[in-house]
Amino acid sequence: MAEKKSLTKELTKGFIAENPVLRLVLGTCPTLAVTTSVSSAIGMGVAATIVLVCSNIVISALRKVIPDKVRIPAYIVIIASFVTIVQMIVKAFVPALDAALGVYLPLIVVNCIILGRAEAFASKNPVLASAVDGVGMGIGFTAALFLMATIREVFGAGTFLAGIKDLLSVFGDFDFNGFSVPFLADNPMLIFILPPGGFFVFGILMAAANKLAESKGKPRAELRGCEACPMAQTCALNKKNEVKEEVSES
Amino acid sequence: MAKKLTVSASPHVRSNVTTTGIMGDVIIALMPALVMSVVYFGLRALVLTATCVASCVLSEFVCRKVMKRPQTIGDLSAIVTGIILAFNLPANLPLWMAAIGGIVAIVVVKQMFGGIGQNFVNPAMTARIILMVSFPSAMASWIVPYSNAWLKGADAVTAATPMASLAAAKGGDLSLAADLPSLADMFLGRHGGSMGEVCSIALICGGFYLLLRKVISPIIPLSFIGTVAVCMLFAGGFNLEFVAYHLLGGGLMLGAFFMATDYATSPINKKGKLIFGIGCGLITTVIRIFGALPEGVSFSIILMNILVPHIERLTTPKPFGFVKEKKEKKAKEEAKA
Repeated sequence: MAEKKSLTKELTKGFIAENPVLRLVLGTCPTLAVTTSVSSAIGMGVAATIVLVCSNIVISALRKVIPDKVRIPAYIVIIASFVTIVQMIVKAFVPALDAALGVYLPLIVVNCIILGRAEAFASKNPVLASAVDGVGMGIGFTAALFLMATIREVFGAGTFLAGIKDLLSVFGDFDFNGFSVPFLADNPMLIFILPPGGFFVFGILMAAANKLAESKGKPRAELRGCEACPMAQTCALNKKNEVKEEVSES
Repeated sequence: MAKKLTVSASPHVRSNVTTTGIMGDVIIALMPALVMSVVYFGLRALVLTATCVASCVLSEFVCRKVMKRPQTIGDLSAIVTGIILAFNLPANLPLWMAAIGGIVAIVVVKQMFGGIGQNFVNPAMTARIILMVSFPSAMASWIVPYSNAWLKGADAVTAATPMASLAAAKGGDLSLAADLPSLADMFLGRHGGSMGEVCSIALICGGFYLLLRKVISPIIPLSFIGTVAVCMLFAGGFNLEFVAYHLLGGGLMLGAFFMATDYATSPINKKGKLIFGIGCGLITTVIRIFGALPEGVSFSIILMNILVPHIERLTTPKPFGFVKEKKEKKAKEEAKA
C-alpha cells in the first residue's frame, strides 16, 4: 500500500462505508439464511469475525511466503483450519447454535467476506492493519446481520432474541430467553421469515445504507476495480490487466 | 387573419383519453361486483373495501410527499388498486391486515419502482400473495354468503371454496367433490370465496363494459379463459360441467378481466397479449390440477407479469419493408453466382 491509512480508519470503514454485507454485497448466502432469528445471527457474526481476524493475521504474516500462483488454495487451507477450530468449539460449548446454523457454520470456509478480505487486504498489508481490518469488517458483518435479523424476527415471529439462552449458556446459566412482542407474537407476518421477505429486507437495508453513505459524501457502492475478485489477474474485464498489456505492447 | 392561425409544434390532434378517465372507467366496471359483494357479505365488505382504498390512497400520498415527486393520487389508480385488492380478500379479514396489504401494494410494489406505469408486477395481486403467505389461516377462512359477517365477526360460518372442493374431483368426477354449489349459484356468486370474485355475472358485466369502452382489449381475457377451458376439458375427461365449475370458480373472471389486463404489466402488441393470456391459462390449470393450492390465478398472473419483458422482446413487430439479414446474404450470394 502506497498511502498509509490510520488504524482507526481501517477499523471504521467496515461499519458503513465499506460494510461487507450492505455495501460490498459479500456473504449474501449466510446473510439471508441465518437472519431468521437474532440469536443465530449473533452466533454467525461472532463465529465469522473470529475466523476473519485469525485468518487475516496469519495470511498477512505469511503474505511474503505464499507463492502468488497457489495463494487461493493456501488461503483456503488457513481459513479452513480456523473454521474447523471454531466449529469444534461451538459444537462443544454451544451445541444449540451448531444445530441452528447447520451447514452454514462449516460454510464459513467459502464465505466471500473472509476470502475477499484475505485477497484484497491481508495479502497486501502488515499484520496489525490486517487484524484491525478483520475486526472492523467482522463488526460490520455482525451489525448488518443483527439489524436484518431484528427486523425479520420481530415482524416474522413476533419475538426478539428468542433462544438467546443457549447462546448465553457459555457464560453461565441465565434466566433470560428473549422478549415476546405483544401484538406481533399472535399475528406474525410469516413472509419476513421466509426467503422472499429476507430479500425484501436485504434490498431495503442496502438502499438505506447507500443513502446513509451518500449523505456523508461517500460514493455509491459499486464494483470498485477488481481488487476483491480472486479471478482478477486472469479476468478480461480487469482494467489493470489491460493497462499492463498496453504498456508492455508499447 | 394572422391571429386566426395558431402556430405550434406537433402533435396537433390529441386524444382525450387520460389516465384518470381510464381508471374512472375501471372503477365503474368494478361497481356491479362491489354491490353484489355487499349483498352477499353485508356491510363488512364495504368497510373492507373502504379500508383498502383508504390505505392505498394514503400510502400513495405519503410516498409521493416523502419522495418529493409530483402528487399522483388524482389519477385514481390507487383507488383502483384498493378496490381490486379488497376483491381479492376474504370479507371477514381483520381490517389491519387489509391495511397492510394496501401499504405493501402501493409502497413496496408501486412507488419503490417509480410509481404508476413502472411497477413490474400487479400491485394488488402481489399484496394478496404477500398477505396469503404471511397470514395463511386468516386468508383462508371464507365466510358463507348471507351469514351476516358484520354482526358475527370472526364467528361467522365459514366454508371451503368451490375450488377446494373441486381439487378433490380428480379426472373430472364431480361426485368426488363434496359440498359443491349448483352451477346457478356459482354464476350468481352464492358460494364461499374472496369478497369480489364470487359473483361471476357481475364481473363479466364489468368486463364487457371495459371492452365496449375499449379500455381493455379482448385478447388477454379470451385467451386466458379459453386456455383454462380447453385444458380443463382435457383434464376433466370432456366433462363440460367440470369445465364450467372451473371457469366460474375462484378468481378466474376477476383475474382475466381486471388484473391480467393491467397496462403496466401486460404486453403491448397483439401477439404478446395472446402469449401472455395463454401462459396465464396454462399456469392456472397446472396449479389447480397438480398444485398443492386449490387456486392458481394470482400466481399465474404474477409469473406471467415477470415474463412480460421477455415476451415483448420476442414479439417486437418488424418495421415495414424489413428483410431478414440471412435472406439478404443469400440473395447476394445468388446474385454473385
